[in-house]
Amino acid sequence: MSPDVMIYNVLCLAVPFSVAILIAALGENFNQRAGVFNLGCDGIMCMGAYLGFMLPYTLKGGVMAPYGNFLGLLGAMAVGAAFGLLFALVTVTFRASQGIAGIGLQMLGWGLSGTLFRHFVGGVTGVEGIQILPIPYLSKIPFLGGVLFNHNPLAYVAFLLVPASWFLLYKTPWGLKVRAVGTHPRAADTMGIHVDRTRYQALALGGAMAGLAGAYLSLCQAKMFSDDLVAGRGFIAVALVYFGRWSPLGILGGALLFSIAQSFQLSMQVWGIKFPYEFAVMLPYVLVIVVLALARKARQLGPTDLGKPYNREMRF
Amino acid sequence: MTAAAEPISELKLEGITKRFPGVLACDGISLDVRRGEVLALVGENGAGKTTLMNIIMGLYRPDSGSISVNGEVVQFRAPGDAYARGIGMVHQHFMLVPNMTVAENLALGLKDLHHFMRLDIKGAAQKIREVSERYELPVNPDAYIWQLSVGEQQRVELVKTLCLGAKLLILDEPTSALTPQETDDLIERLQRMASELAIIFISHKLNEVKALSDRVSILRHGAVVFNGHTANHEPSELAALMTGHEVTLPRNEGSGLQGTPLLSVRQLRVRGDRGNFALDGLDLELRAGEVLGVAGVSGNGQREFADALAGLRPVESGEILFQGRNLANKTPREIIDSGMGYVPEDRQTEGIVPSFSVKDNLILKDFAAKKFSKLSFLARKSIDRNAEQLKEQFDIRCPSTSTATGALSGGNIQKVILAREIARGPKALVAVYPTRGIDMGAQEFIHSQLLERRREGIGIILISEELEEVMNLSDRIAVIYKGRILKVLSAVEATRERLGILMAGLADTDPPPAAGASSLPAAGAAHE
Repeated sequence: MSPDVMIYNVLCLAVPFSVAILIAALGENFNQRAGVFNLGCDGIMCMGAYLGFMLPYTLKGGVMAPYGNFLGLLGAMAVGAAFGLLFALVTVTFRASQGIAGIGLQMLGWGLSGTLFRHFVGGVTGVEGIQILPIPYLSKIPFLGGVLFNHNPLAYVAFLLVPASWFLLYKTPWGLKVRAVGTHPRAADTMGIHVDRTRYQALALGGAMAGLAGAYLSLCQAKMFSDDLVAGRGFIAVALVYFGRWSPLGILGGALLFSIAQSFQLSMQVWGIKFPYEFAVMLPYVLVIVVLALARKARQLGPTDLGKPYNREMRF
Repeated sequence: MTAAAEPISELKLEGITKRFPGVLACDGISLDVRRGEVLALVGENGAGKTTLMNIIMGLYRPDSGSISVNGEVVQFRAPGDAYARGIGMVHQHFMLVPNMTVAENLALGLKDLHHFMRLDIKGAAQKIREVSERYELPVNPDAYIWQLSVGEQQRVELVKTLCLGAKLLILDEPTSALTPQETDDLIERLQRMASELAIIFISHKLNEVKALSDRVSILRHGAVVFNGHTANHEPSELAALMTGHEVTLPRNEGSGLQGTPLLSVRQLRVRGDRGNFALDGLDLELRAGEVLGVAGVSGNGQREFADALAGLRPVESGEILFQGRNLANKTPREIIDSGMGYVPEDRQTEGIVPSFSVKDNLILKDFAAKKFSKLSFLARKSIDRNAEQLKEQFDIRCPSTSTATGALSGGNIQKVILAREIARGPKALVAVYPTRGIDMGAQEFIHSQLLERRREGIGIILISEELEEVMNLSDRIAVIYKGRILKVLSAVEATRERLGILMAGLADTDPPPAAGASSLPAAGAAHE
């Protein structure tokens, strides 16, 4: 196999790998920009994956069947938003420790989705899911067409979410509020911004996006559900936000780097390169750890009040 | 927040009371201020000034009492409500989001610029230009807050508050972070603005109160103890009312004859938190038995200098020679053992362990010494004895020496730290902002303690931004600017004006002839 074909294969595979972590990380970015880090992202993805699978699965054969996939995505976003709001209740209203609450939420989402799945479905069953949608003309471009324009519709959505989140954060009143409450909530408060309300909204949006990311895994990628479908991708998403320094473009870069590493290790196994595959599987995760450890902590432009509950009556 | 419906003509507070857990912050306070008038609100830290203002702004809810605007009783639930009635506040700790631009900071509060999916940032910039022109407060709307100096941020705060339609300005210690020149400038601007606004000016600097205000109200322990016209009262009279007793801060009446060189810092280069050289070739010499004041606007390397002296920050190059031994890049333990005392800037987090008892904090540097440990167990009896003795000697006011130190007032925490450092018998003492934010009584005590140690022959480096403090205590004053010592003046040479000019980084144009024996060859003077 010639090197350019190898590169082509790696890149074609990397794009689908990046979708779920990209959507989830862009959502987590809204949470963190508002000053709340949601470690429960992974659990929300589990719930999203479950509901995204479950709705089309139950509706199969009925009158609603044509809308099954769409309702699955919608349901995943709804359950994600609900989990986001639950997290807001615990961390914003009751000011619980975000780290512990996030781990709790992760376990809740993971356990609940698995339990519900075993109760209602049980064994391995597939759904038709959402199929690949090559973009007319563009997908025929040599090399680039295959890499960029021959994917699942949700992949295009994910990449469009990058400029969309940037626009939302930097060009709209809501984004301004989110950035303010995550950096200097007291200043925002003195300017008449409802700090808690804005954090609730950001957490709901972040949750909905995590739910959507989960649904991508079950409905578009695996076309089935199992407990270990999400496999820690939610935590990778949280790491990507730090990696990307709270900028949508940085997050995209991180997501691509991670997924290229992942598709590279898979390709290595396919090509039969003699290398212990356990190490290859580790590669993307090791990469994230190394990059995070080396990244200089320039938080000048990040949310400096990240992780701190806001209490108006707390004295300085 | 739109412009006020009607211009504010009078704000009246009646019987405002506010309790925090364990503290009665405001105790039945009544005040009033009218258009065209500057009311100075004076009191020591913890007297309840800021709490009261936060109540006016709707940030805190009062437990009882009423606020009325133009004779109509109002209830503010959030600052937005106060702005809607034309009341705006410039907080002591700036309420600016550092990673946003000036225009974005204003746009946060201007709801009529918030359109669906579109933020009218140009409108905000336009408004800033209008207001900054009208009140002659130059501000660049596109600058990021974190890039601005403290003085510029202060201006941004003023412009922001005016843009939001405030006709009554509350200024909470607006000069606390400014250089003397910036302060004069601000006072002058405020005087000009006062005719069309009402201003509540909070300060404990009585000369500023005297210069700016028409009337003055003094708060003590949450209650108003005095109301009067500023013109009829002398600053010293106001100071006595503020503290409840006559205060005379001790002065260094020294002969100016110092002992042998104790500590010499040569070409010290240290990086700041952002990786820049916060100290860039600093030279300084300290002698035994002198107080060497280091004056400067905060952020010119003071923190890094103190950190380097205490071994808390790596030294890139240069020497810290203490009694002939280079302490640069030694561990804090080695530096402590060499006889260097340290009163850190942040007393709550660096000076003490807040949750530890007073007696434990008093042995924090000596827990392993023979005196306080036997067979590597703490010797409780001698620790208790030590604490009782120091409590007496340093007038530490605490219920018992087992009380958590963090629960004490700032002044008493500072006494704990000072007691620990002095009891160790140091040869040199570095004191960083030793009286920042503490009441005048404790200030008086700490100053006299420092002067007493000086008489005993300890060399003291006093880093402070309070010119009064530096001038009262020092034998010599070094002005620090951008990580270097710009000039070292003897106490006689150092006037407020000269120091102010040097602190702003301007060259000292006409140095008067050195007066008397007190002027030593200044180590840093080479860097003018």
